[in-house]
Amino acid sequence: MIDPTPVLEVEHLQIDFLTRRGTVHAVRDVSFTIGRGETLGLVGESGSGKSVTAQALLGMIELPGRIVGGDVRWKGESLVRGPHVRRTIERVRGQEIAMVFQDPMTSLDPVFTVGSQVVEVLRRHRRLSRKAAKARAVELLDIVGIANPTERISQYPFEMSGGMRQRVLIAMALACEPELLVADEPTTALDVTIQAQILELVAKLQQELRLAVLLITHDLGVVAGVCDRVAVMYAGKIVEDAPAADLYATPAHPYSAALLRSTPRLDIVLDRLVAIEGAPPDLRRPPAGCAFATRCPFAIDHCREEQPRLEVFEPVPDAVGAGDTEPFEEIEQPARTERTVACFRAAEVREEVLS
Amino acid sequence: MTAVPESTALRVGRPVPSEELLVEVDGLSIHFPVGRAGFWGQRVKVVHAVDDVSFAIRRGETLGLVGESGSGKTTVGRAILRRIDPTAGTIRFQGEDITATKGEELRLLRQHMQLVFQDPYASLNPRMTVLQLVAEPLVVHGRAKSVEAAKSDVVSLLERCGLPADAADRHPHAFSGGQRQRIGIARALALRPHFIVADEPVSALDVSVRAQVVNLMQDLQHELGLTYLFIAHDLSVVRHISHRIAILYAGKLAELADSDAVYESPLHPYTEALLSSVPIPDPPLQRARRRIVLQGEIPNPIEPPTGCRFQTRCPLVQDVCRRQAPPLEEKAPGHWAACFFR
Repeated sequence: MIDPTPVLEVEHLQIDFLTRRGTVHAVRDVSFTIGRGETLGLVGESGSGKSVTAQALLGMIELPGRIVGGDVRWKGESLVRGPHVRRTIERVRGQEIAMVFQDPMTSLDPVFTVGSQVVEVLRRHRRLSRKAAKARAVELLDIVGIANPTERISQYPFEMSGGMRQRVLIAMALACEPELLVADEPTTALDVTIQAQILELVAKLQQELRLAVLLITHDLGVVAGVCDRVAVMYAGKIVEDAPAADLYATPAHPYSAALLRSTPRLDIVLDRLVAIEGAPPDLRRPPAGCAFATRCPFAIDHCREEQPRLEVFEPVPDAVGAGDTEPFEEIEQPARTERTVACFRAAEVREEVLS
Repeated sequence: MTAVPESTALRVGRPVPSEELLVEVDGLSIHFPVGRAGFWGQRVKVVHAVDDVSFAIRRGETLGLVGESGSGKTTVGRAILRRIDPTAGTIRFQGEDITATKGEELRLLRQHMQLVFQDPYASLNPRMTVLQLVAEPLVVHGRAKSVEAAKSDVVSLLERCGLPADAADRHPHAFSGGQRQRIGIARALALRPHFIVADEPVSALDVSVRAQVVNLMQDLQHELGLTYLFIAHDLSVVRHISHRIAILYAGKLAELADSDAVYESPLHPYTEALLSSVPIPDPPLQRARRRIVLQGEIPNPIEPPTGCRFQTRCPLVQDVCRRQAPPLEEKAPGHWAACFFR
């Protein structure tokens, strides 16, 4: 069972990027929490602000980017402001929160062996002796499923495939037994059979090490297999945050619904793919109302004038089909079952989805 | 038209191809030398990018060519367009052997076969306007006297590809990824080719935009009777657009069949594993699926394994697979697979 006490709290986070052509409001009031051992999928298309949000968790926003509002708290301590924030980040980063990036080709230093890079992490954060660190590095490579770790440890990154390198990066991230793993598109650069291997590894580690995971991706399929909860981002905001099974079965935000419909599925053949017409707004001048209104079939005047806030969505109990999905035995029911949606028309969207 | 299976013929989204073979690839092998090995450098190291691949594409058909990185799918596409010389095998286009076509003849041939690239950010010259980009092939091939003279044709083509009327005078940077891919398609269509090789045309695009571009490609196929070789690694999109699908593994064809047959009754163990690796956006279904997670990785193309290329990762492997390469055989009408045990 998942412990509902949040370890990570993101509150009203706002991040701007100052560019020559104006200020880009990349993250506009994002709030979410992650419980101990919970897996949250943060899903969105390019430019939705999902990666920038992840970078803010570890103090990685650098100029021209700036956190202009809100807070990130790790077990109650701010990672954004306060007199000791640099020291807190130094302590937490790598030790308690670790990160894996998208591109395994550029995340490793090409002039050092992979072993020495894992050893470096252990010596820096764990203060292990050279010998102990090396032994632990071999162990870690073994945990992430690298065959012959004692030999592999003296190889250079160029001698490894993309999938192998991603495993090494996961090993480095796990080196200090973190409580939260932030994985930013960890499988996007990999082939689909290798992606399956890495996702299986993440699911295994999550269970065995009671690791909380923030999985950032554009692929709703990747999230479906591993996440307890899913938060959907659009134009710098979270538009819906719900238990995974609920979100896929009955999306309540029109963007979540449209994204699901436009994702081609292997098991369903359509005559024509459903596209979302139009494009996301320019975040230098975000619209006054809902950012999705221009592409939304449900939009009314109210949507264009006022920004909907992320609010708890209570489905009408007497809606068609009693409104709820069958609980599936293999899915561990997340501790938090509430759903939040930022849409004035959520009730209508749900009705349409159910019909 | 009678030979087209009903399931395909009924699809509104995919026009029924004719029986005429537009492209025929027979025994295609492409090896790249990559240096020497051995103490005296007496052995030439060779990458076996493509080995003995044969298939045909009917006029009006979309053949999906699927494979992971290093499977040789891009190389096959380029060889058909005669941008890479094959080591062995023949390529026919409209019944004519084009394997050795050279010079002026090759230049004329290229009007009929065009390429749509993967990366719409890298494939359009940022210093040219959209008009110049799309008119360039017309001028090069003498279909228009100048860029300006081609303008009305270009504008109507751009509009057909879903771009705004004022797009012609702007530069690529003013467009989003999806719009740039539309420009790339317009440029490929400018010469009214019969055949398009689309090399991962939607892989770089966001999901919602991907659907727009796939729909556009299908509409254009309907209207203009185009034939596509659709190269991709994303099986969900390929299933949607293709009449038939060819699965490549480590330079060899593993399976070739009607798209529905590949998905509903795959024969090759690699196809099965590949399909089961594609996540389905439906949590209960995805978690309940029987998934085959392959161990290991695609073999080194410099020293491909003996026998079947897939034997190092295959769950069904037997001794015979290590000794002998299984031939591509017709296991059911129109359904080809290269496996001893299926």
